[in-house]
Formats: sequence, C-alpha cells, structure tokens
Amino acid sequence: MDPIFSSGDTAWMLISTALVILMTIPGVALFYGGLIRRENVLNTMFLSFVTFAIVSVLWFVYGYDLAFGNSIGGIIGQLTNPFFAGVVESNSLSTLAPTIPTGLFAIFQMTFAAITVALISGAIVERAKFAAWLAFIPLWLTLVYLPVAHWMWGGGWLYQLGALDFAGGIVVHLTSGIAALVLVILIGVRKNSKLLPHHLGYSVIGTGLLWFGWFGFNAGSALGASNLAVSAMIVTNTSAAMGMLGWILMDKLKTGKPTLLGALSGAIAGLAAITPAAGYVNVTAAMIIGFVASIISYYAVSHLKPLLGYDDALDVFGIHGVCGIVGSLAVGIFATPLINSLITGGLVAGNPAQIGIQALAIGVVALYTVVVTFLIGKLIDRFIGLRVEDSHEVQGLDLNLHEESGYRLS
Amino acid sequence: MKRIIAIIRPDRLENMKQALEEVGIHGMTISEVKGRGRQLGITESYRGQDYKVDLLPKTRIEIVTPQDQVETVINTIVQSAQTGCIGDGKIFVSPVEEVIRIRTGERGEKAI
Repeated sequence: MDPIFSSGDTAWMLISTALVILMTIPGVALFYGGLIRRENVLNTMFLSFVTFAIVSVLWFVYGYDLAFGNSIGGIIGQLTNPFFAGVVESNSLSTLAPTIPTGLFAIFQMTFAAITVALISGAIVERAKFAAWLAFIPLWLTLVYLPVAHWMWGGGWLYQLGALDFAGGIVVHLTSGIAALVLVILIGVRKNSKLLPHHLGYSVIGTGLLWFGWFGFNAGSALGASNLAVSAMIVTNTSAAMGMLGWILMDKLKTGKPTLLGALSGAIAGLAAITPAAGYVNVTAAMIIGFVASIISYYAVSHLKPLLGYDDALDVFGIHGVCGIVGSLAVGIFATPLINSLITGGLVAGNPAQIGIQALAIGVVALYTVVVTFLIGKLIDRFIGLRVEDSHEVQGLDLNLHEESGYRLS
Repeated sequence: MKRIIAIIRPDRLENMKQALEEVGIHGMTISEVKGRGRQLGITESYRGQDYKVDLLPKTRIEIVTPQDQVETVINTIVQSAQTGCIGDGKIFVSPVEEVIRIRTGERGEKAI
C-alpha cells in the first residue's frame, strides 16, 4: 500500500472508530447493565463509562506509543511522542495504515483498548470496589494490554513470528477473558451469585449495539474501505448469526426451550470468535467458527463454571476468553491467502505450522495475562481492597458507592 | 363497610377495571406485588442454568365498599379476573371501622 492519503479510507475509518466507541458506551454498559441485580445497575454501567474515559486519556499520554511505537526488542513500543505531541500537527500518514492519518489510526486503536478493559468489568460486578477498579484500569492497560497489543499488532515478537490476530481474538478477547478469570478467583464468589437479569431489554439493546458496532471493529480492522473490509463484514455477520443459532439449538436440546439471553450470548460468542479471523477466512469457515465457538462457550458457561465454582458474574471468561481461544486457533486452520494476500494461510491452505504459531501466541499471552493480572490484583487488594463491605454488597452498590438509585417509585 | 383485597394476574387488571366500572365501582388502589400460592413457582433458565422463581408478580387491588355492594364487587372481580388456570389469585374481605375523606373530613359511607 502506497502512503497516499485516501479520503475514502479515512471516511470509513472515522465511521469505524465511532462504531467501536458505540460498542463500549453504551453497548457493553447496557448489555452488562441488564444482566445484574437492579441495585447495581448504575455501578455496572459506570464501570464501562469510566473505563472508556480513563483509557481515552492514557492512550494519548503514552498508550499509543507503547503499543505502536518503534519496537524495543519486540517487547514494547518506544515512547517518542508523549501526550501525542506533534503527531496530529504533523499531518502524517500512519505507517501501519498508510492511507489514513496517524491520529485516526491511533484513536481507532484506542477504542480497542477501552473496550478490552471494559469487558473485564463484567466478571467482577456486584462486589468490586469502585476505587479498586479505578486503580485496575491504568495498571492493566499499561502492563497487560499495551505489551500484548505491541507483540501482536505493533511489530512485536509475536507479529514477527507470524501470529495472526485480525481484530483482537488474542489482544482483546483472550486477554480480557483470562484477566476476568484471574480477578474473580481473587475477589471471590458473590453472596448472591444467581444470574437473574433484572432487565433483559437493556441487554437486547446492548447486544444490538455490539453487533452493529462490531462491523467497525472487524471491518474497520481492514484499515480502509476495501474488499477486505467487505469480506470481514460478511464473515462477522455470518459468524454472529451462526453463534446465535448454535446457542438456541443448545438451549433447545438441553432444556427444551430457546432463551433470548442464550441467543444474545451465542451472538456475542460468534462475534468474539470471528474477530481474530475476520480478515483471513471465508464464509464457510465463519459459519463453522461461529457455530462451534457458541457450543463450546455454552458448555464453558453452563457446565465448566458451576463445576469449578468460580463466580464470573457475566461470563467474560466463558464467552470472550473461550471464544478468543477458539477463534485464534481457527485462524490457524481456516486462514486463506485467497481472502488476504498478505498471509500464507492456515491448515486448509496447506500451512499447518500456522496452528502451532497461533497456539504458541495463545499460550504465551494467556500465561503472561494470568501472571501480571494476578500481581495487579494482589497489589490492589493489599492497598485498596478489591471487594466492598458485606453490607454494601447486600444492599447494592448504587446506593452505597454512588448514592444514586437506578429506579425509584417517586 | 368492607375492604376487599384481590390478588389477581397483572394482565387481567384492565379487564377487571372495566367490569367494575360497568357496575359503578370506580375507587380502588392498585399495587404491584409478588407472592405465591398453590402455583408455587416457575423455573427460569439463564445461560443453561435453571433457577426456581417462587414469588410471582401479581397485582393487588384494594376496594372499600358499603356492605350491600360487597357481593357485586366480588362477583365482578371473579368473572373478570378468572382464566381458569392455576394462579388466578384470591379475594380477601375484611371489615372496615371507619373511612375519612381527608379533603373534607367527611366520615363513613359518604367518604367512600
């Protein structure tokens, strides 16, 4: 791609950026907000909003450079323009997306960082201290997200190794899912850990916004208004649809009745699983990926979680973590140079070694995320405390942490 | 004077209100309540796990009426709120010692 400014690409990436913003606020906020007890609806939504705000600031203070700056040994980017000083003024085109401005690439990537951290909040809602979450956001962003984003996307060592992650199966879904699992183990089980959604209508709207916004997330990751963006959009939609149908089928087989929350969960599973593969696979592969990821996710949520007894409130690990893994492995199987000429492809394209590279990337990132998230969690627990007082948890966090109520009679 | 408290299905409320209006009963107090009777409960399933929900949403209607209208009110509520399925609800009747209209200070049946 020649470094020539394209207004078409720029227009599409501006729209994609806005679409991904819509995914976090209000998409994730509404999706999560509907699933918890009514006493915690504001706190749950607040976690997403405040995450977006903090990441939005830190990203331009140092985040973008650490993730996408010149690589220091493949480990982390160089901090060359703190506070994004001079970057917008220079009117430069992005080195990683040479037809759009650097600033646009940076803010597009910022939205990925924001949603990744916001996703984690779903695991620890209804019992986490707000102050603990405020401390978690910058620490986790800096110590987990930025290095991993650099490794996979910013020219780091996994990128150099040939690991593929089109829009964030490893960088976004695996890291958030694994971090969620670590945090819930540290923070413990809620006093009332039943998943009885207080307002599924919110979750329907939230899921709709996520599905809609995901076109910016995945098709936007083509970094231009191209055939690849079209292909990514089609497979994203197909996988979401198959994911939804897969979960409905599982509900029908297991309980005899399809559920709406199941359908929403399946759609999110299909979307998360196709994310790493969106720019590398065809429609047939997308159908398989969405369907299989949804069924594996169903078992993780309905069987593995009760079996192991951890309290992942909104199944961030069961859906995002598991589907991040499934999708990232699927890249090693289904990726094809017919869709994306920049790659060699995976198993079906005659390159079985890609599966090994994907598995290595998954394993290393998962292990790194476990260790660093555990240390961050322990640190916060020691100095701030991860968990609210029992009485606050019982009465609800909206009143006790924010002195507000989501619903009142008069 | 009697106080009639009826616990009915929420979706029968409009039907019941209309039926009561047709027999000249307008005053009532409505509240959304939860409870259980012989219906016991229902099972809800979220993400593959079943939860027993044993308190079901119902609507509670409170009507204070002169003695001679009690049977009319009861019959109207039964006819308009009945579906024949378990969970239709119950009616409770109890005596009322006094009624006072706050605006005027009137007492007794005039204040109903």
